[in-house]
Amino acid sequence: MTRSLIGCLLGLTLVVPAMANEYSGFRPGESRVSFVSTQMNVPVEGRFKRFDGSIHFDPDAPAGGSAHLEVELASIDTGLEEADEEVASAEWFDIAQHPKAIFASSSVEPLGNQLFRIHGQLTIKGKTREIVTDARFEPGAVGAFSGSFKLLRSDYAIGEGMWSDTSVVADEVEIRFRIAAPAQ
Amino acid sequence: MPQPRQTRYDAVAITLHWLVAIVIIGNFSLGIYMHELPLSPWKLKIYSWHKWAGVSVFLLVALRLAWRSQHTPPPLPAAMPGWQKKAAYAGHHTLYLLMFVVPVSGWLMSSALGVQTVYFGVLPLPDLLDKNKELGEVLKQVHKVLNLGMAAIVLSHAAAALKHHYLDRDDVLTRMLPWSTTPRSPR
Repeated sequence: MTRSLIGCLLGLTLVVPAMANEYSGFRPGESRVSFVSTQMNVPVEGRFKRFDGSIHFDPDAPAGGSAHLEVELASIDTGLEEADEEVASAEWFDIAQHPKAIFASSSVEPLGNQLFRIHGQLTIKGKTREIVTDARFEPGAVGAFSGSFKLLRSDYAIGEGMWSDTSVVADEVEIRFRIAAPAQ
Repeated sequence: MPQPRQTRYDAVAITLHWLVAIVIIGNFSLGIYMHELPLSPWKLKIYSWHKWAGVSVFLLVALRLAWRSQHTPPPLPAAMPGWQKKAAYAGHHTLYLLMFVVPVSGWLMSSALGVQTVYFGVLPLPDLLDKNKELGEVLKQVHKVLNLGMAAIVLSHAAAALKHHYLDRDDVLTRMLPWSTTPRSPR
């Protein structure tokens, strides 16, 4: 009797956190999308102020997780006002035709120690490329994936014409992200 | 008859003087030219060159001061009125100060505006200030005012040298010239 009661309590303590462990939705206020471009060998950090998305993630079944993110390119803050206007142009993001950058995950693979390898497609300026990024998961009332990856701006035709000279603005751009969702 | 060696600046002092003069005048002109350029790769390149040249001025001036501390410059002509000697002293000290402060103001301004200075694209200078746009705009004005002040002093420096040469007919200009001239005695 006593044993089965203990068993029941143990079972509860195992079940309750597991239920609270599923994350879904999106918390833009606790998320962040920034980037580091390199100009004349000088790293310059910028960020996007507006983005939306959704995450479905169960740490007990990570392979079933998914993430979708849409970044409003017009909300860019390059750190330099004249550059914010410049990158809206057709040579850069061509925001009039392609207002959003979209990421959709295709698989989530646990690497252990709260680290996950996320594969997905990134679409910018009408061009879709496969990307892979390792992200660390922080559990809590609001869970968040944080990580970074590098892309080549030439893969997406970001910075055409005179800007295609990668000796001034480097081809490689680092993207840093923190994507948060509430626990259910 | 006085020996030319005693009345002239030494070769190192002369070389550093003209090297710094060329870099400062060139970089000042570059600053005037570049600040209203539309954004382009060319503009980003020039801004980097301008910063590298500014760091170079700072280093060359440090070298000049170190050299000068070990090598007394030739004295000013005895015939010069006391107020002119004082003005020359004050002008030279202000110039030395500005040759340090102007590059530093540009460096701080770059840090505050979020674009680090990386000397020749290789050596990153630490950012002494965090990124702060408002402070960056203030420092931009400080950099501009200091430069205009330095331009005014450089112009009076050159005017004074020409006045010594053509009106006073002394050796104040020639003793800093890279080529040797026959010693002159004041009229």
